[in-house]
Amino acid sequence: MSTPQHPMPQAAPEWQGASGSPYPTYTSPIPVVRTNLVHAIASEWTKIKSVRSTIWTLGVFVLLVVGIGLLTAGVVASSSSDLAGESPLSLGFFGLLLGSMCVITLGVLTTATEYGTGMIRTTMTACPSRGRVLAAKAIVFFLVAFVVTLVSSTLVALAQVTMLEGNGAANPTGEEWLKATVGVSLYIALLGLLSLAVGSVIRHSAGAITIMIGVLLAPLVMALFMFSDSLRRVQEALFEYSIPNQMSIFYANSLSDSGPSGWDPLWIALGVAAAVFAGAFALLERRDV
Amino acid sequence: MIELEGLTKRYGEKVAVNNLSFTVRPGIITGFLGPNGAGKSTTMRMVLGLDRPTSGDVRIDGKHYDQLKDPLTYIGALLEAKAWHGGRSAYNHLLCLAQSNGIPASRVREVLDTVGLTAVARKKTKGFSLGMGQRLGIAGALLGDPRMLMFDEPVNGLDPEGIHWIRNLMKTLAAQGRTVFVSSHLMSEMALTADHLVVIGQGRLLADTSMAEFIAENSRSYVRIRTPQREQLLDALQGAGIKVAEPGAEALEVDGDIAQAVGELAARHQIVLHELSPQRASLEEAFMQLTAESVEYHAHDGQPPGAAPGQQQPGQPPQQPWGSDWKRG
Repeated sequence: MSTPQHPMPQAAPEWQGASGSPYPTYTSPIPVVRTNLVHAIASEWTKIKSVRSTIWTLGVFVLLVVGIGLLTAGVVASSSSDLAGESPLSLGFFGLLLGSMCVITLGVLTTATEYGTGMIRTTMTACPSRGRVLAAKAIVFFLVAFVVTLVSSTLVALAQVTMLEGNGAANPTGEEWLKATVGVSLYIALLGLLSLAVGSVIRHSAGAITIMIGVLLAPLVMALFMFSDSLRRVQEALFEYSIPNQMSIFYANSLSDSGPSGWDPLWIALGVAAAVFAGAFALLERRDV
Repeated sequence: MIELEGLTKRYGEKVAVNNLSFTVRPGIITGFLGPNGAGKSTTMRMVLGLDRPTSGDVRIDGKHYDQLKDPLTYIGALLEAKAWHGGRSAYNHLLCLAQSNGIPASRVREVLDTVGLTAVARKKTKGFSLGMGQRLGIAGALLGDPRMLMFDEPVNGLDPEGIHWIRNLMKTLAAQGRTVFVSSHLMSEMALTADHLVVIGQGRLLADTSMAEFIAENSRSYVRIRTPQREQLLDALQGAGIKVAEPGAEALEVDGDIAQAVGELAARHQIVLHELSPQRASLEEAFMQLTAESVEYHAHDGQPPGAAPGQQQPGQPPQQPWGSDWKRG
């Protein structure tokens, strides 16, 4: 590209006289490809694995889930406490509750960071279909979050069941296994997906993370301080539908008897994430990048 | 070819781009000139579909940007310095762009080589200097080997070597038959690179002309004369049919490249001259004259065009960060 240049003439070249005739155009030797969602997914996969924040958030996540899970199981196993037929899987709950904040952070960063760095303009120039970009981000992030959560939660569940055999713990049923591994992993990944959509709407990492931490904790904290009798029903609803309680339902140890049960939390998370995504898509199309 | 038709962008009350229509043609470098805040970047963002026009239309080879299936092979753009994640390596940054357009990864190494960043390809971009950042941005623009290139202020903050490199690169690209559209707020830079010139001020089109035409139309040559025998010389000039452009000023000015004729005339009338100098308004003066007219705030009767921006009269709106810009450039 650094061939020596002949001096440019000051006058404009031939195009002025050549009106009507086809302009000389450059043809590239690179084959033309009609791009689709698969290209965008490959691109987003490269992006998510090539920044350190991904390694950090997921590393801390695995550390929290596996570390706290093994720690609680170890403490219970070494004590003489009797679980009296309780499922040992429920001990995995605390680690995942704390770990979910890492997934929220990564979800927000996946979209919002690009607005902070200016990368979004490069991204949208390379892929003008804005919906495709958001969809690719969502798919890649969801798969990453789901797989990492599934592996960690399964690892912890296996360890806990093995370690607590001698403490009178019940042998978990197939559905209990499914809920405590696949179920809760889907839930956490959906929570991260919701964060990703919020990040796309807010376009600001710190702001979006704050909002999502608020969504995670505020209902439970608010419920704790509603002492008045007249607020009893509000308190209960806040409590039952708070994210920590919804997560505990996957371990069949809901803190209350009414409210969501079984696989309900998954459908709730799916509905909320879908609604916020619809908003994020609409805003993305409307707003300037 | 990039075609703009009545392109307009409003941000609330402010009109950033006002009814712009022009065409950027292949095979030449088209300079896009205007002061800071004239709407150049906004226009370029609308070309790329990043900002939605309030009204009007912009098409690339007859298509809207978001209809391009492989946009990077159509048009490569350097929009602003460092529009990427600083934690990602140069190679990975370009790789994710390449993948989104189905461009083979081998092409990433090629463009890194072209811009001279191969040695730092695996380094995080946050440690890059301004010049390295511009080179990476240009690598991204060249990635798809596009038939059109758009550079927004590519020489900003570069050292002379980098500026020289970019100039040559743009000329090479244009000579290959590509469309090159480059913005700048420096007339001097455009004079060295551009073949065609589009000038905007406050979002409006001021000129769409070849570089040579622009110079011919907007600059004037004149002769400046100082003499202690002012009245005699004025009479002599009048007698010879030469019109004095600035009869009131201390130095006399006559239009045209006629220093020789004036000197001989003075000798014939035995008039002493203290100065007889042919002058030519520079391109920057020409540009300032053009924009000064568009801004309508510089009533500079009795002054050469180049002096206008520095001598704004009191009580007028401070509508000209223009002149100061030029001087710095």
